[in-house]
Amino acid sequence: MSFKSPLEGIDEQFEMIQILNEDGEIVNEDAVPDLSDDDLVELMRRMVYTRVLDQRSIALNRQGRLGFYAPTAGQEASQLGTHFALEKEDFLLPAYRDVPQLIWHGLPLYQAFLFSRGHYHGNQMPEDVNALSPQIIIGAQITQAAGVALGLKRRGKKNVAITYTGDGGASQGDFYEGMNFAGAYQAPAIFVVQNNQFAISVPVEKQSAAKTIAQKAAAVGVPGYLVDGMDVLAVYQVTKEARERAINGEGPTLIETMTYRYGPHTMAGDDPTRYRTEDMDDQWEKRDPLVRFRKYLESKDLWSEEKENEVIEAAKEEIKAAIKKADSQDKQKVTDLISLMHEELPYNLQEQMEEYKEKESK
Amino acid sequence: MDVKMERKAEQTNSTQVLTMVQAINDGLKTMLEEDDTTILLGEDIGKNGGVFRATEGLQEQFGEDRVVDTPLSESGIVGTSVGLAVNGFKPVAEMQFMGFIYPAYDQIMTHVSRLRMKTMGHYSVPMVIRAPYGAGIRAPEIHSDSAEALFTHMPGIKVVCPSTPYDAKGLLIAAIEDPDPVLFMEPMRSYRAQREEVPEGKYTVEIGKGEKLQEGTDVTLIAWGAMIPVAKQAAKQVEQKEISCEILDLKTLYPLDRDLIAESVQKTGRAIIIHEAHATGGLGNDLISEINDTSFLYLRSPIERVTGFDVPVPFFALEDHYLPTPQRVLQSIEKAVHF
Repeated sequence: MSFKSPLEGIDEQFEMIQILNEDGEIVNEDAVPDLSDDDLVELMRRMVYTRVLDQRSIALNRQGRLGFYAPTAGQEASQLGTHFALEKEDFLLPAYRDVPQLIWHGLPLYQAFLFSRGHYHGNQMPEDVNALSPQIIIGAQITQAAGVALGLKRRGKKNVAITYTGDGGASQGDFYEGMNFAGAYQAPAIFVVQNNQFAISVPVEKQSAAKTIAQKAAAVGVPGYLVDGMDVLAVYQVTKEARERAINGEGPTLIETMTYRYGPHTMAGDDPTRYRTEDMDDQWEKRDPLVRFRKYLESKDLWSEEKENEVIEAAKEEIKAAIKKADSQDKQKVTDLISLMHEELPYNLQEQMEEYKEKESK
Repeated sequence: MDVKMERKAEQTNSTQVLTMVQAINDGLKTMLEEDDTTILLGEDIGKNGGVFRATEGLQEQFGEDRVVDTPLSESGIVGTSVGLAVNGFKPVAEMQFMGFIYPAYDQIMTHVSRLRMKTMGHYSVPMVIRAPYGAGIRAPEIHSDSAEALFTHMPGIKVVCPSTPYDAKGLLIAAIEDPDPVLFMEPMRSYRAQREEVPEGKYTVEIGKGEKLQEGTDVTLIAWGAMIPVAKQAAKQVEQKEISCEILDLKTLYPLDRDLIAESVQKTGRAIIIHEAHATGGLGNDLISEINDTSFLYLRSPIERVTGFDVPVPFFALEDHYLPTPQRVLQSIEKAVHF
């Protein structure tokens, strides 16, 4: 005899959630989020602003005025839709591509630019911003999110820890360990996987035999949702519900957003034409999150070309001012970093500090 | 009448006779009582009281929220502790054996040790990682490692290692109170080897300070943790040959107590470093560098190292052949003295 495969029927369990289709039409009336017209406009403003920021960041990188940069275009709905469902006191643990969420959580733009330039002040969150700086070690933030969430629960806070990774990050042991830990303690965490189809160049099919990343949550007893990551309303609503469950003591959620990065992995020499086809790019661009949301808002008379141009111009101005502010930031010194190694410096660091001080004074 | 105050005053005077593992338990209990943000995490530390009983009775007393039985996941334990630390808690994470710390190495290297610097002081990670280490208890493979050099080489984390019950409790409390991360190595072989009077309540042994255990004139023996009894035995054996050994217990492996070492070596002119980790890349080499920096012209013989061999700690049937013995130390002492 042969037993029924437990994988049979799993596809139906992890169907992709969509509210707004590619033409900007509501396809799931019951799930439409309870957002005011002002909220909808604000969400669009943030997406447009972030697209401009991406374009400007790429240009500034090419001019040598920014350093490390991971392009974000294509992922705006995944990034800003999840973030829009949060409260100020919620704690963010972003990956390196998630600078936009940090900015909308309160990290000043000039500090985001300093992060790009390798200036440590970019990692120094303002007092009222609950967040870690962007994670470089893939997946390491996921176990940390479980810890932050555990702490929030212990203090009786009605807040969540939210962390982001990509499809590649879902292959790390820390992905499983963090979700499992949070699940075991029903900690208020939200794990977001932005599945942009490629971990640098390796396609998601090569990451795992699992058809979806969302289903990996089931293995640790946590609900996993697969969402159209180009549909900002669906991303928002799924995150909002995850947040409500979390603060009501119902534990963590995994959210997989199906999305695409239009640009290269980073600006450090990645060439996507080596691993993606133009046809694939075209297919995904047809699903663009800004295009469909714009259509939706225009159908409700909430958005116009004029309005969009205003946002674009304002973004450009703010970016210009932030770059100027970043330029005027004090140069960092090695002695500043040495002095930060421990609260009290041991003799070896004190001596190295003296040595560097002499160098820096020349 | 403040009953608590009265008890505290009493505590400073009274002592109890404890083994090292009981002293560690007492230190954890003291800090759980003292500071509400202290939280213990580890595998089997709750109901089971830890595989060595270091956390015996603590979950019962302080509850499951503060003495947390974690999933079997070392990277998870340390990663979660980082999350707790940046959220205002003082986690004390137990690695069941130091040989199990490797899955967590990433979190320690990339976050625990560098978060203060990387965030320009916005966050610090005031956590303690407890790690029972060392060979000699007939444990299976990878339960016997002595990996201090991996961590003394890691900028941003202090490394301490007591050799007595008194120091174990005092150093543990100092580690928990330290505003920065501390790796707390526990010599398993010494867990129940010795009992001594340990003060009740809170006291600290200063991090960064070693101790001269025995005054001598001919040669300085430098050791820590489970190698202290080995050094003592060797010193006793060479007494008959009228060789006088000074013994230093380092207690803190990073940052080193350079002054203590320099003062002793400048007096004796000879040094033997004893550690159970293998020689290449070991902490002994840093100690030689420190002596070189401070005391080169005082030396009367090359500095000797008595260490494990450059192999993984072997299966326990062979561990006695791997570990430094008083006999090997004795040979090195004679070699140095008769150089």
